[in-house]
Amino acid sequence: MNLADPTKIHLAKDLVHTRPLVSCRFDARGRFVFAGSEDCTVQRWDLATGARVALTAHESWVHALASSPDGETILTGGCDGRLIWWPATAAAPTPIRTIEAHRGWVNAIAVNKEGTLVATCGNDRMVRLWSMADGSLIQELPGHPKVVYQVAFEAGGRYLVSADINGLIIQWDVLVRKEARRLDAAKLSKYDAGQGVDYGGVRDMAFSADGSLLACSGLIEASNPLGAVSNPAMVLIDWKAGKELRLQRPKEDIKGVAWGVRSHPDGFFVAVSGGTTGGVLLFFKPDQINEFFKFAMPNTGRGLDLHPDGVRLATAHHDGHVRIWAMKAKPTA
Amino acid sequence: MRCDYSCRSDDHVLSRRGFLGGLAGLGLASGFGSFVNPSAAAAMAKGQKQMLVIWLAGGSSQLETWDPKPKTETGGPFRAIDTSVPGIQICELLPQTARHMHRMALVRGVNTHENDHGKGQYLMHTGRAQAPGAEFPHLGSLAARFLAKGTEPLPGYIHITPGGGGVGGKEAAYLGPKYGALYLGNGAPPANTARAGSTTPASDASRHDLRRHMNDRFANRRRTAETEAYTTTYEQALQLMERREVFDVTREPAREQERYGSHDFGRHCLLARRLLESDATFVQVTHSNYDTHNENFAFHLEQLGEFDQGFSTLLDDLAQRGRLDSTLVVVMSEFGRTPTINYLYGRDHWGTAWSIALAGCGIKGGTVVGKTNAKGTEVVDRQVGAGHLFHTYLKAVGLDPKDDYEVDGRSVQIADPTASPITELLA
Repeated sequence: MNLADPTKIHLAKDLVHTRPLVSCRFDARGRFVFAGSEDCTVQRWDLATGARVALTAHESWVHALASSPDGETILTGGCDGRLIWWPATAAAPTPIRTIEAHRGWVNAIAVNKEGTLVATCGNDRMVRLWSMADGSLIQELPGHPKVVYQVAFEAGGRYLVSADINGLIIQWDVLVRKEARRLDAAKLSKYDAGQGVDYGGVRDMAFSADGSLLACSGLIEASNPLGAVSNPAMVLIDWKAGKELRLQRPKEDIKGVAWGVRSHPDGFFVAVSGGTTGGVLLFFKPDQINEFFKFAMPNTGRGLDLHPDGVRLATAHHDGHVRIWAMKAKPTA
Repeated sequence: MRCDYSCRSDDHVLSRRGFLGGLAGLGLASGFGSFVNPSAAAAMAKGQKQMLVIWLAGGSSQLETWDPKPKTETGGPFRAIDTSVPGIQICELLPQTARHMHRMALVRGVNTHENDHGKGQYLMHTGRAQAPGAEFPHLGSLAARFLAKGTEPLPGYIHITPGGGGVGGKEAAYLGPKYGALYLGNGAPPANTARAGSTTPASDASRHDLRRHMNDRFANRRRTAETEAYTTTYEQALQLMERREVFDVTREPAREQERYGSHDFGRHCLLARRLLESDATFVQVTHSNYDTHNENFAFHLEQLGEFDQGFSTLLDDLAQRGRLDSTLVVVMSEFGRTPTINYLYGRDHWGTAWSIALAGCGIKGGTVVGKTNAKGTEVVDRQVGAGHLFHTYLKAVGLDPKDDYEVDGRSVQIADPTASPITELLA
């Protein structure tokens, strides 16, 4: 039975902050949505009541958010290099623990399914494994030559993947804490010699529900990186073979970056694109190159998460809104 | 219009150093130029001064460099860090440069009223707004003309670019094409400076003797700015052939190359050091590209990482080798970037309230002049324009910006007469 029908997507809730947002995440029990803002706060909304609370301890923007599997702890990673543990449900959350996790930005956080390990990556080219329980450093995993954008645990929990600006993906064996193999999503990356810049890379990753596929979102055809001329795209990787299955891209010309991707239990992937075209949700089936459905949002998209109910999506926007979308028929009045 | 030298008066039969005038005085005018006031020439005698300009092409962000506004609406995600001067903070993207703040001065109140790339480049290179029918020399050409002794083996104005190479001329305006830039595309040595393998040194010398003889005969009757530039270029090319190794940074020990960084900008900074140590008068290094309408922060992180390493190492070396006191260093762009962060995480063109940095010759280290408001949206103290900066550069290297230069019978002040030096910056 399908949980969701993306073609029936509609706005279920509109949550508003006064400043632009850069990221969003549901807690694992789906009671709250958290969003990092350009004012250096993390905003928390109670999905039932709409009540908003600010988490204020970072000295910079927060791009990295993750929930413990029990939904009781939220981890935030800032451009100040700090990793902070918060009580997810407290009336006025204050940090449980703060560590200096990276030199420069913390770009992403992942928590393993047992809730024992925290993986982070950053602009210092490092991947680090931390103890969820006490925040101690378990292992430093060097290997990326450039900025590392994303980390994700595979479904079995033994492996961690990290991905960088050049589209290099490193699979780490968490058990022995060593590199296991390398995968390639370099199609999402470009060095522009004229502008002298690296651009693109893997902006987000998601394993399919059955663990057989790894979707990497980002951009292609960056003819003018500094001018935001690029198209959103995904490299879909056959996890067992360790090879690219296909490059997925919109049917029509959409200018932007696929900042986020989520795997849906029904077997499809959803990506959020933001850029000069605006905000667009793109729904892809693994066996097709183009999306089977797309949905234009009222503002450029910057972050995406899937609610544990499999029906709702959260998107973070430059206009300060977190929009909660329901992938089902709109209730009749 | 051509400058006709055929009158052959004594005034016009000049040595290279004495050759005055040029192609296009104030645009299309022609004729000889000379100092009305000899003080600039006198200043020359005091000792060789050099200039180094680091040009951050596209317009670097003042908020991510010299004037951070952390935790404000416009500040972006980067923090401010302390420098070697208590009380002065700069962006955390410049940790190595921060060590040199006691050698540097910041101008945080620049308002150039210009948001166009081309016009901004012209303004910052010449100290004057671009206007139809008027062409003014770039800073590099003025340095080549007024700072160089004329005996240096290298051209007076060398520009290391990330892109193409070649020989310019238009930059010199009324000074004449021989004060134009020699472009070293991607730091490569000038083309065709290696003697052909089939030519022996003796036969090469013989060929040049013949060329000089014929040139002299021609010049006696038809001497022009173009022929002068042609002759000069040939003679410089000969000297360049002799000193070709100057352009080869791979002659530096591996450790030295590593200090500057494995990127092009690091290599170009190392080349700049070699050129300055070979008595090049003016060297410009362009680092590209800062025109970050999209993802300003990620791109500044990448670009300034290169800048910080290459620039700070170059400052280190100039200071330790005793050259900084006689070398004016300027870090500038065509404009800054908007305090407002756009929906693409970008910043756009902004000439209203931005910053430049200086160091070295004639500059009071550890100085900050000018101030912007809390959000960086306007200058609230000691606003200056490109003309003021230009006056300051000239003054710092011992030239009088108020000196007149005679172009086709008219006196032209070498710096904008409506501006003046920023005296607080001058040592």
